[in-house]
Amino acid sequence: MTGTQHIITIAICAVATMATRFLPFIIFSEKRTTPKYIEYLGKALPAAIFGMLVVYCLKNVSILSGSHGIPELIAIAITILLHLWKRQMLLSIAGATVCYMLLVQLVF
Amino acid sequence: MDVKQKGKRLKALKAAFPHTIPILAGFGFLGIAYGILMNVSGFSFWYPLLISIIVFGGSLQFVMVTMLLSAFAPVQTLIMALLVQVRHLFYGIAMLDKYKGLGWKRFYLILGLCDETFSINCSIEPPEDVDKGWFMLFVTMLNRLYWITGSLLGGLLGSLIEFNTEGLDFAMSAMFVVILLEQLIKEKSHISSIIGLAASIICLIIFGADSFMIPTMITILCLLTFLRKPIEKAGDPI
Repeated sequence: MTGTQHIITIAICAVATMATRFLPFIIFSEKRTTPKYIEYLGKALPAAIFGMLVVYCLKNVSILSGSHGIPELIAIAITILLHLWKRQMLLSIAGATVCYMLLVQLVF
Repeated sequence: MDVKQKGKRLKALKAAFPHTIPILAGFGFLGIAYGILMNVSGFSFWYPLLISIIVFGGSLQFVMVTMLLSAFAPVQTLIMALLVQVRHLFYGIAMLDKYKGLGWKRFYLILGLCDETFSINCSIEPPEDVDKGWFMLFVTMLNRLYWITGSLLGGLLGSLIEFNTEGLDFAMSAMFVVILLEQLIKEKSHISSIIGLAASIICLIIFGADSFMIPTMITILCLLTFLRKPIEKAGDPI
């Protein structure tokens, strides 16, 4: 690839990304009333997306090889237990991350 | 007036920062890793820096490393970029209401919309006395800054950095788990959360890690549409 082709490739990625970000806001602009169906989706989607994001960030964990996803499983269990116990977001996240780091660096 | 404005902003920044600490860990780590990858692939630090500023999309940027090293293929690049980023459409629809009436801030909020920023701005209610617009703006700005700074550092220092931080990026996974957990505790009906989890897991098993997102999003959309009546009847899902 030449320098110009690099720039074009980067520009294409930037335009495509920004299109996916801006499109909903352009289609359902502030000035017009949003259709009821889209309003419903706006309310129902977040809960579904949160579930999807948990799976998305763990998608590359392989259950059949390596450490079989055991460190991830333990760390998620710790996250949930810590959070149910103290309900302090940062504590749950920090505690789980430290445990995970120890697990992957020292144990697995 | 000016002093009051400043106080308002500072208050929002103070309220926003703690919520972005997991992202500081995750984006710091991944951003540096991305910069290093670009560096060892032979690109000057200008590349990761500028790409992080104008694209700002973690997974796509990692895919782009391979793209930039391969033969020029604009159509394929466009399709790939759209496929990786199409999930932003969901975030946009979910944030239509929250980002309403914020003037110029709205433009920046949309420009910097990503998985992590969406999750925080969608799930965290700032305290009563904190300005919501500024709070969401600072969450967006800080997260974006972490990513850009990380990729610049990685691009500059390259493989000089010793990695003793294996596993630090789990902070982001843990954050998503906590946000989902909070959602499950708060909501009256779990239909929508279960749809999201189940659709993703089933599609991941069927389609594999590289191509499960589009089928997952279509499945979620169909199920939410078919189950609109029971979900609406069960009460506000948020």
